[in-house]
Amino acid sequence: MKENGYDYSVVRGFAFSAIFWLIVGLLVGLWLAAEMILPQLNLTPWLSFGRLRVVHTNGLAFGFALAGIFSCTYYILQRLTKVPLAFPRLARFHLWLFNIAIALAALSLFAGMNTSKEYAELEWPLDVGIVIMWVIFAINVFGTLIKRKEKQMYISLWYIIAMTVTIAVLYIVNNLEVPVNLFKSYSIYAGANDANVEWWYGHNAVGFVFTVPILAMFYYFLPKSTNLPIYSHRLSIIAFWSLVFGYLWTGAHHLMLTPLPEWIQTVAIAFSIFLIAPSWGSVVNGYYTMRGNWDQMRTNYLVKFFIFGITFYGLQTVQGPTQGLRTLTAFFHYTDYIPGHVHMGTMGWVTMIISASFYYMMPRITGKELYSIKLANLHFWLILVGQLLFTVTLWIAGIQQGAMWKATNPDGSLTYSFLEGVVALYPYWKIRLIGGLIYFVGIVVFTYNLIMTARGAGVKLAETRAQTA
Amino acid sequence: MSVYSKPITFALLSAVVILVGTFITLFIPMMLPSTQPVSDYIKPYTAIELEGRDIYIREGCNNCHTQTVRPLRTEVARYGEYSKPEEFAYDRPFLWGSRRTGPDLNRVGGKYPDSWHYKHMNDPRSMFAKSNMPAYGWLAKRKLDTKYSYRKVSILGYGYSESDVRNQIEEYRKKVTSADYPARAVRESVTPPELRSELTEMDAIIAYLQKLGRDVKALKKKEMRMVAEASPVTASKRNPFAGSKKAAEEGEKIFKKNCAVCHGEDAEGGIGPNLTDDKWRYGNSDSDLYTTISEGSPNGMPSWKGKLGNEAIWKVITFIRSQREQD
Ligand code: HEM
Ligand code: HEM
Repeated sequence: MKENGYDYSVVRGFAFSAIFWLIVGLLVGLWLAAEMILPQLNLTPWLSFGRLRVVHTNGLAFGFALAGIFSCTYYILQRLTKVPLAFPRLARFHLWLFNIAIALAALSLFAGMNTSKEYAELEWPLDVGIVIMWVIFAINVFGTLIKRKEKQMYISLWYIIAMTVTIAVLYIVNNLEVPVNLFKSYSIYAGANDANVEWWYGHNAVGFVFTVPILAMFYYFLPKSTNLPIYSHRLSIIAFWSLVFGYLWTGAHHLMLTPLPEWIQTVAIAFSIFLIAPSWGSVVNGYYTMRGNWDQMRTNYLVKFFIFGITFYGLQTVQGPTQGLRTLTAFFHYTDYIPGHVHMGTMGWVTMIISASFYYMMPRITGKELYSIKLANLHFWLILVGQLLFTVTLWIAGIQQGAMWKATNPDGSLTYSFLEGVVALYPYWKIRLIGGLIYFVGIVVFTYNLIMTARGAGVKLAETRAQTA
Repeated sequence: MSVYSKPITFALLSAVVILVGTFITLFIPMMLPSTQPVSDYIKPYTAIELEGRDIYIREGCNNCHTQTVRPLRTEVARYGEYSKPEEFAYDRPFLWGSRRTGPDLNRVGGKYPDSWHYKHMNDPRSMFAKSNMPAYGWLAKRKLDTKYSYRKVSILGYGYSESDVRNQIEEYRKKVTSADYPARAVRESVTPPELRSELTEMDAIIAYLQKLGRDVKALKKKEMRMVAEASPVTASKRNPFAGSKKAAEEGEKIFKKNCAVCHGEDAEGGIGPNLTDDKWRYGNSDSDLYTTISEGSPNGMPSWKGKLGNEAIWKVITFIRSQREQD
């Protein structure tokens, strides 16, 4: 459908790319989770845990989340500017380039071409490709914004602009490296300095991939799905600027009690605590938008995704700052508690918002209703239960692990060997695997539902609208 | 008109806003000496150690192992001296890691003999039945590629000439292939015959592991004698449990858990020497044994004072003594 000449082919293309990489990334995640219990599964060098973990993180952060972000951005951009994309053919090229880059990224990581810097593991030729891809994306974002017919830019567009600018800065600064050959390079930074650059990047990759653009979706699709305006525009302004300002100071909370100069750690903690305010600004804005209309939690299947999603975001943004505090980091840093934190964000917040956004967009692209609301509800409950089982189990595991590492006998010697700490976690890791499987089934349901919708198996939009109106 | 209707102005404004924190916490520290201290006692990696480090990176060992000991009491007891900023001056990239599925490795150099590592890398479960570390035996089946070694050390500015690099490689090859290399038997058991006289990726990664923390330990050794006296776990010279059956039984459990990997299930020897015979390298009084266990030895016996503590060490000694009395 091409109302107003909007180009939805890339929206759809990126949506299905996201789903594809999600499935791939999750299968790898499940394999990893199984390897932690059954090391015999490290069957070949390219299946060994150390290589596979990076395929999982990159595949999901970049293959799944970024594709979802591109899909929604191209949709939101056209709707909020009321003009078609400035360069539709460039966008289609972007889609191809993206998928080729992710495929090569996965292959190179399997092969062990890996810089070791977390979430920036890709070797330099791929870095170059990704920077080019980002520029292509930015040209379309700003080209379309300049051509726009709607004078004011809505909140979501602010978040999209902030992401476009910041990711470029982050990616380039952290990936500066000297090539040895086509497949190997060394960082230009050394030691503590390299660590500082890496976690400035790492935290903000989380911030500007897993937070900022997801908030753009939230601010656009929640009001759209509920027909309710965002509660407070002023709160949105304050939350936006303080979030993008505060984020960049906090990288060192990943480096607490390491040899990094202490003042950088202290500044990072202060700003991490500060970040609770803008994060909760968006949470509160979301909750208040629903005031008086909470019945939609029952009647509108999309609302559940958004409200649970933002709730997990709210939990994470309290958990994150607290686990950075010196006393707590001493206990939790390096334990399973952290993957617990990570997966509530990714399997809860990120997945729920992207899923609901796709459910919202797809019928409007195909002109047919969603294939099955029942399946969408099933999908919701499966990913909710799977995620909670996964994350809560790992928090408990993290607490036990932290306690075992610290336990001492009356004479000051250590109570447990390192291996005893590992063995104690096997039961938790088994439950995590089960949680992951439940979540995965939910994603399979999601995929099926979305494919059927895109194929036009749902009822024509206008017909049901006519019936229910 | 507000910024909310000017996309380019908005983009520039957000760039400025994100650059404030970036400037203060990132660019300023880059120019300060505190993020890149150098010290003479820290030596750069040799070409072989660097190749080993690159294999460590390629295999993603940093996804499970950290390389920073934090200044916390239990952490120092478990791993050793906490990490100092100057130790990482030659680390590009840094490898501190963010997850400890396996133990920290910043102080692993010199903790175990090479033979321990060959055995462990080849099959971790042959030493720790419940370990979940992948087996890396295949590293011993791959010849080490040193084609880029010189280019690598030049990029990193380690200051070696091309012939330095060639010598380092050749010397290391001679060391591990020589007839009196202490780890010879284990190395040969994991290395296929056609590679036994060559350098393998396994040789390189072990060279790297043995480098981790070595310079700090060397510096510490000088101060050791004084520190040993003042250590929190002080040795009484006599075994308080001498002859106690119960203590020997408890000691046996502690032994099986911690020592059997190297000294054999019944202390008959393995990577470490037999403890049931009459040969003692570092003296055979109770007090000598105590010191060896507590402080470790130069040939790869780790120091146990932090991990076991006074009482447990005496119980282990009681067990070892009981093994001999049975014969
Ligand atoms: C105000 C918000 C947040 C703060 C201050 C925060 C803080 C932290 C801290 C301190 C850590 C490091 C823990 C450690 O290693 O000891 C961490 C890890 C992490 N957080 Fe958050 N967090 C926040 C929100 C989020 C959100 C919304 C996500 C979204 C998915 C997220 C994803 C992650 C990831 C992926 C890691 C793991 C990084 C790694 O070690 O590889 N965080 N966070
Ligand atoms: C079936 C679902 C999933 C399973 C079974 C799974 C499994 C795992 C495992 C086993 C790890 C390694 C943990 C460790 O080293 O202790 C991990 C790490 C990670 N996963 Fe997942 N995962 C799943 C879903 C996801 C999703 C949906 C995302 C992102 C969108 C994600 C992002 C990450 C990240 C960023 C890390 C690194 C965390 C850190 O460094 O602390 N995972 N996952």
